[in-house]
Amino acid sequence: MIGITSYGAYIPPTRLALATIGGRPAREGGPEKAVAWNDEDAITMAVSAGLACLQGLDRAEVDGLLFASTTHPFREKQAAALIGRALDLRRDLRTADYGGSLRAGLSALRAAGDAVKAGSSRNVLVIASDCRMGAPGSALELNFGDGAVAFLVGESDVIASLEEAHAVSDEILDVWRSDGEDFSHSWEDRFVVQEGYTPRMVEAVEGLLQKTGEGVDDFARIALYAPDKRSHAGAARALRIADERLQEPFFGRLGNTGVAFAPMQLAAALESARPGDRLLVAGYGDGAEALSFAVSDAIEKLGERDGVDAQLARRRSVGSYDSYLKARGLGTTEWQGGTDPGLSATIHFRERDDDLSLRGQKCRKCSAVQFPAQRVCETCFARDEFDAIRLSDKRANVVTYTLDFFFPNPNPPTVVSIVEVEGARIHLQIVDCEPEQVALGMPVEFVFRRIHQVGGRPNYYWKGRPIGSWKGRPIAEKEATQ
Amino acid sequence: MSREGIRDKVAIVGAGCCKFGENWDQSPSDMIVDAAYEAYADAGIDEPQRQIEAVFTGSLYTTKGPLECSDALKLFNIPVTMVSNYCATGTDAFRCAVMAIASGMHDTVLVVGYDKPKDRGVSGPSVMMDGVRDLPKTPAGWFSLCAATYFEKYGAGREDLARIAVKNHHNGTLAPKSFLKREITVEEALKGRMISWPFGLYDCAAQTDGAAAVVLTRADLAKSFSDAPVMVKGVTLRSGPNPQKDPTNDFLSWKPTGWAAKDVYAQAGISNPGKEIDIAQVHDCFTLTELLSYEDLGFCEKGSAKEHIADGRFELTGDLPVNTDGGLKTFGHPTGATGVRMLYENVMQLRGLAGERQIEGASMALSHNIGGHPTACAIAIVGLP
Repeated sequence: MIGITSYGAYIPPTRLALATIGGRPAREGGPEKAVAWNDEDAITMAVSAGLACLQGLDRAEVDGLLFASTTHPFREKQAAALIGRALDLRRDLRTADYGGSLRAGLSALRAAGDAVKAGSSRNVLVIASDCRMGAPGSALELNFGDGAVAFLVGESDVIASLEEAHAVSDEILDVWRSDGEDFSHSWEDRFVVQEGYTPRMVEAVEGLLQKTGEGVDDFARIALYAPDKRSHAGAARALRIADERLQEPFFGRLGNTGVAFAPMQLAAALESARPGDRLLVAGYGDGAEALSFAVSDAIEKLGERDGVDAQLARRRSVGSYDSYLKARGLGTTEWQGGTDPGLSATIHFRERDDDLSLRGQKCRKCSAVQFPAQRVCETCFARDEFDAIRLSDKRANVVTYTLDFFFPNPNPPTVVSIVEVEGARIHLQIVDCEPEQVALGMPVEFVFRRIHQVGGRPNYYWKGRPIGSWKGRPIAEKEATQ
Repeated sequence: MSREGIRDKVAIVGAGCCKFGENWDQSPSDMIVDAAYEAYADAGIDEPQRQIEAVFTGSLYTTKGPLECSDALKLFNIPVTMVSNYCATGTDAFRCAVMAIASGMHDTVLVVGYDKPKDRGVSGPSVMMDGVRDLPKTPAGWFSLCAATYFEKYGAGREDLARIAVKNHHNGTLAPKSFLKREITVEEALKGRMISWPFGLYDCAAQTDGAAAVVLTRADLAKSFSDAPVMVKGVTLRSGPNPQKDPTNDFLSWKPTGWAAKDVYAQAGISNPGKEIDIAQVHDCFTLTELLSYEDLGFCEKGSAKEHIADGRFELTGDLPVNTDGGLKTFGHPTGATGVRMLYENVMQLRGLAGERQIEGASMALSHNIGGHPTACAIAIVGLP
């Protein structure tokens, strides 16, 4: 049996009220979308989703990583290799990037199934992540959301076996982004739905059903990509899918997450699936692709996943459309940031175990853990007697902190701390944390983020994020937020 | 090794200091010439090209290295060495000069500290980006890391810091060469815009250009230059681990200061610094840095600084005036110049030439720099013969 053995999701906690896009005040409980903040992109979200998926599993077993996105931060340079390093996966890892089409997430998932079936890989991590932008104020901007989802595909402890798949390819210029453009375009929406989206989705799903000799009623849950809520309902109608079988698509809460949208719905379906359920997922983009799964007993043995439900619940509202524009680099700012001559690529290369994998070292003589890697032990002065230790999956505590109002940030202050992890101290930014929330001793977990743009390219490192809803002693004085 | 070996072997016979400030129309060379020629005049040196045997110059921002100083002063065919040691640069350049004379290698040596940060086009210190994981790096961001911990443990707060700013602003109004010359109140200090909690604008040193110089010679030659030589009682430098990754750092003090103090007091034969030191110029890049230094230098017990601040002990009228010229707060902090500027102030005080800010009867004076994260501390003690 070949199929999904684990899954995990990441949805940026920042939510933009859709009302603010039209210049109206946000209202509590109104429609919103998840937005990647200034230090997040398709790669950082992918790492978070990957970490969630691999939670409690042996990372050494993963021998393949497929990354799907239409918003790779690099035009030339593989994202999967960088993500593999951040996830501290093995070196003989088979990596590939999928892109171009919005259905690349499902294409990668299917390719992973094929690779395991062919015996060329044993456990392939598939991550779909997207961070698309519509032009400010456009309808696309209203519908787009950001997020990532990861699946591990293998042949033991399969929770949902990949049963059948069907794809159709089509040439149509309905949604696109040309070279050098930041914003997606769409041709007239009626054309897109009538000549592209609806007929191709029907063709892919019906093609799959023909292969299996089944009908839509044989599936407990059906997840459909859709550019927006209305076309989602239209496709469901065309396919005669009963409401109770239709996976909730999260419009108004998450938004259309591009290549991660259909896979995100599949992950949500898995969260509520029971053994014996059959699931169907279909994605669209230059054609359409449908996959069907059968949920096995193993799903009850898989520990609780950090999935879509948990991620949707973890939220903070962004105050204004203006701060969203700044965070996405769409506002004007005096601070240019990227004009520096840049980091040495050689230094970056030498430090990749420290910076990307967050590996510290443990002294064989005195057992002290330290970060970054150093030649001489800071505690017992032994030389070159260390074993690497992964710190990214350990929990840390705040030793001290400050709130830096000077450091460039779309929403100052930047919370900066010294954290202790396994006895090692690290100078670390704290994110997703209100200034009043930070306190001595506060527990944090590590998240992979953009640290700056020096050299005109994204540079990545780890930051700390408060664990759960832990609230410490707030800073006594009001001035902290002035 | 005898810690006392250096005491009274070397004398300061000349001191000079340019006007510190936003010296838009002065180059580093202009400031170096102002400071050095004032020191020459003070030492009665009229043929520097013949009388100066070596130069130790300190600067952090220079792009020209030792040439900046040797070319400005036209001092050639002698050793000119550039010293760089973060914010301890000036005092470290002085230390090298003291050792050069004590070793017998040279008789008369010039020390020049200077920096020109205002040519960089930013009003505060730069946000430094020299590696992927070192962010954010603003000096306020790293010196404030002792605040949350210290406040929690000892109950001090922003008002205690504000009193230090008020004191230094006051002292600065009495120093002709200072940059800021305005009295402030505690309320004003507390209302300044936040830079890095708990540091508001008034907790931070100004940013200026400046240069300062001293002429040193052998103790036995001092009288041939000056009627009022000031003797070097001790000078030290201590390295420290990066406090941001030091696993034993308690963020209640900066380790190198304690280590340097122990060493320099042994050199100077001082057993009770709080009583034996008459005045001190202490590194006040931020108000909290000065507060921690009171304790780390042994002027008072760890945790007790706020009571001494409240009592006015470190004010001009107190029994241990600190930063009598207004410190980095009002002079600003042209990095390489600062330690030498502090020596200039101590020389003026010991000779009774400090005007309205004069501390009567001062005979033993300390100057202190910490630099890096901080990862280095240099201290000099000078006194009357």
